[in-house]
Amino acid sequence: MGFLRIEQVSRTFPGVGGGRPTQALERTDLVVEDNDFITILGPSGCGKSTLLRIVAGLEAPSTGRVLLDGQAVSRPGSDRGMVFQSYTLFPWLTVRENVTFGLREKAMPLAEQARIVESYVDKVGLRGFENHYPKMLSGGMQQRTALARALANDPKILLLDEPFGALDNQTRALMQELLLGIWEADRKTVLFVTHDIDEAIFMANRVAVLSARPGRIKFELRIELPHPRHYRMKTSVEFSGYKAELTEQIRTESIIAAQMAA
Amino acid sequence: MLEPLKPVSRGTRIFLGAAFFVLFFAAWGVATFGGFVDGMFLKDPWYTLRIGWSLFTEFGFIEDVGVTIWRVLGGFVLAAIVAVPLGIAMGAFKFVEAFFEPFVSFARYLPASAFIPLLILWAGVGEAQKLLVIFIGSVFQVILMVAVIVGSTRRDLIEAAYTLGADGAGIVRRVMLPGAAPQIAETLRLVLGWAWTYVIVAELVGSSSGIGHMIMDSQRLLDTGQMIFGIFCIGVIGLVSDFGFKWLNQRMYPWAF
Ligand SMILES: Nc1ncnc2c1ncn2[C@@H]1O[C@H](COP(=O)(O)OP(=O)(O)OP(=O)(O)O)[C@@H](O)[C@H]1O
Ligand SMILES: [Mg+2]
Repeated sequence: MGFLRIEQVSRTFPGVGGGRPTQALERTDLVVEDNDFITILGPSGCGKSTLLRIVAGLEAPSTGRVLLDGQAVSRPGSDRGMVFQSYTLFPWLTVRENVTFGLREKAMPLAEQARIVESYVDKVGLRGFENHYPKMLSGGMQQRTALARALANDPKILLLDEPFGALDNQTRALMQELLLGIWEADRKTVLFVTHDIDEAIFMANRVAVLSARPGRIKFELRIELPHPRHYRMKTSVEFSGYKAELTEQIRTESIIAAQMAA
Repeated sequence: MLEPLKPVSRGTRIFLGAAFFVLFFAAWGVATFGGFVDGMFLKDPWYTLRIGWSLFTEFGFIEDVGVTIWRVLGGFVLAAIVAVPLGIAMGAFKFVEAFFEPFVSFARYLPASAFIPLLILWAGVGEAQKLLVIFIGSVFQVILMVAVIVGSTRRDLIEAAYTLGADGAGIVRRVMLPGAAPQIAETLRLVLGWAWTYVIVAELVGSSSGIGHMIMDSQRLLDTGQMIFGIFCIGVIGLVSDFGFKWLNQRMYPWAF
């Protein structure tokens, strides 16, 4: 059955300035179960963002369709929360106001809004920064706020597009644990895009590998690491096994991608 | 000292800014007291200051200043009331933009001062005519600038708002408006400066009060001191209103500065 179904989805962008059209995605399928955590791994430019944006409803597929909970996706909506690759906090709103954005749209009673917002501010560790504007925050704090903003809306599925891609390694590792902790506590359906193999394994129940452009899910790997996960697992034998396998898969695709770029 | 974008301290900035005024007046003083320029064409600073003082104490110049300020604000507020909402609608909705944009772009090049004879015919030489000159001079500019500002709202913020459940009205009200507000305020500040030139032009032609009228009268008396003092008054009022506007913007939109 599947909670989220991506069926035969492809996307071709029209050529720019009379150039040839770009096929970003080749017809591809993916089925995600309720409360599952899937990472999508692929080389740069293979169409990861495009796929996620199609699921979010921000982009229309050229062929195929996306079903969420049996409903066809046609436009963006609050049932699909998204954290973007770039920083997208509203600069004129404080951390607290940013997190409240979606709840205000739902016209929820103020007291309940406040309760939910405060709990997520706590969960992402931003207590003490509620009244800061985005420009006063580090990149990691901005993405944590963006995460809280998406979670506070209680979406059916969370779409994360390399949310920690711009962060340094230590911060990134901490953010991974933070997100995993939230997922282990709340269980949510998550689609997480990354080009980092370690991140893909550590976070996921299942890794879907995208081929070089035009992207297509060409390989899936179930990750059997137990929960709750701990950063030390990144050095375990099982982890290394998964890593070796995915490295091999990604390497071929990266080589193809590099050749295309040359 | 000449490292690009290197900030200067507050004290240095005030000192440098004041230094230029001092140099300016010094050069003026040298030119006039030193006898390099005929007093007929340019009076010295001291005379200008004294005649300015007597303008206020003996000739009720303060009323002229008040009238002019009133006209500028009146015409400017009228223009803003029409232009800001229309500009927002054009920036947000391509359909509205397609309807108004060509005409407004054309109207923007119509010189406000060239309308004065026509406006005198239509509206007489009263207040309505003054306000209309300023209105015509400002309204089209503001419409276009506001439309551009609103239309250039960051796409990623709009998309983020959509994924948070906002609809079209929510995007305009909660993303486009607050995001554009500081720049719209800056635009208004800029256009308020232009409104000052329009009002003086309107007062030079067919008016019985206002700073422009006083300058015109002084020409009849060949008093360059009064004329220069009048022009300076406009500069000072402009400077003060500019500072006020800036200060207000920074208070209202702390996130943008
Ligand atoms: N709006 C667009 N118009 C034209 N081409 C586009 C557009 N968006 C994406 N593309 C193209 O589609 C391809 C895939 O882009 P996408 O952003 O999905 O890649 P990605 O896998 O997310 O890459 P990265 O890891 O660098 O973020 C690229 O070749 C890109 O040039
Ligand atoms: Mg991307």
